[in-house]
Amino acid sequence: MSTDTTSAIGPVEGGPRYDVDNPAPYIEAPRKRTGRTPRATRGNFEMAAWLFMRLSGVVLVVLVLGHLLIQLFLDGGVSKVGFAFVAGRWASPFWQVWDLLMLWLAMLHGANGLRTVINDYAERANTRLWLKGLLYTATVFTILLGTLVIFTFDPNIR
Amino acid sequence: MPAGTLYRGREGMWSWVAHRVTGVLIFFFLFVHVLDTALVRVSPEAYDEVVATYKTPIVALLEYGLVAAILFHALNGLRVIAVDFWSKGPRYQKQMLWTVVGIWVVLMAGSLYPVLGHAARELFGS
Repeated sequence: MSTDTTSAIGPVEGGPRYDVDNPAPYIEAPRKRTGRTPRATRGNFEMAAWLFMRLSGVVLVVLVLGHLLIQLFLDGGVSKVGFAFVAGRWASPFWQVWDLLMLWLAMLHGANGLRTVINDYAERANTRLWLKGLLYTATVFTILLGTLVIFTFDPNIR
Repeated sequence: MPAGTLYRGREGMWSWVAHRVTGVLIFFFLFVHVLDTALVRVSPEAYDEVVATYKTPIVALLEYGLVAAILFHALNGLRVIAVDFWSKGPRYQKQMLWTVVGIWVVLMAGSLYPVLGHAARELFGS
């Protein structure tokens, strides 16, 4: 036990501890941007992807359920589907735009979903790289193929 | 398998699992579906031949499964949006999941005849 009367805490009574001649130490705010902070290498891609999933999802609910209703439910279900049926529908720009929009949104929505799944379960960086490379290749190929088919469809091919 | 994957195991987690599984299944079907549709650029015969497999009873059952996956993914996706953007969404996420399941059951029952009717007629005669 010490009989020392000086406290570790400065005097409370008798005026403020800090004054003009004895300023408080300056503490820098955490995560403050300074001259040594590296420049941001990423934008807000993940946030944009998150938002895209919700916006495209709402549109796809309408496009895909409408598509299912026409192809699998009305007029005998899948029985009536054939080349003539496709030719009849793609004669109208409305259904061409419908299918084109559905193709692009569904492929991008699905590709981003699978990208998330790969990021979650593929633990090795190399595995992720290859799986995503395969995913992006297949996605670009399928989007381009589908777009080409809609734009170059010829009902009098034979 | 990463450790601790069953950390919650209630409505929230299982709806998330079902959303993933149905999403991946739908995406894989989408690849096949764009490829089979691309056959309209080959010849009407090639397209009709492949579409004929879609009309067989076994594939009709798969189509019913596809409808099941799409309906769940669509309804639960709307629930996810409500959880994210509606201020009371997180509080009612369980009630919303059971609403989704209820609507899904009704729609699946209603889809039985339109989607599988032609297969039943083929199997059991009309």
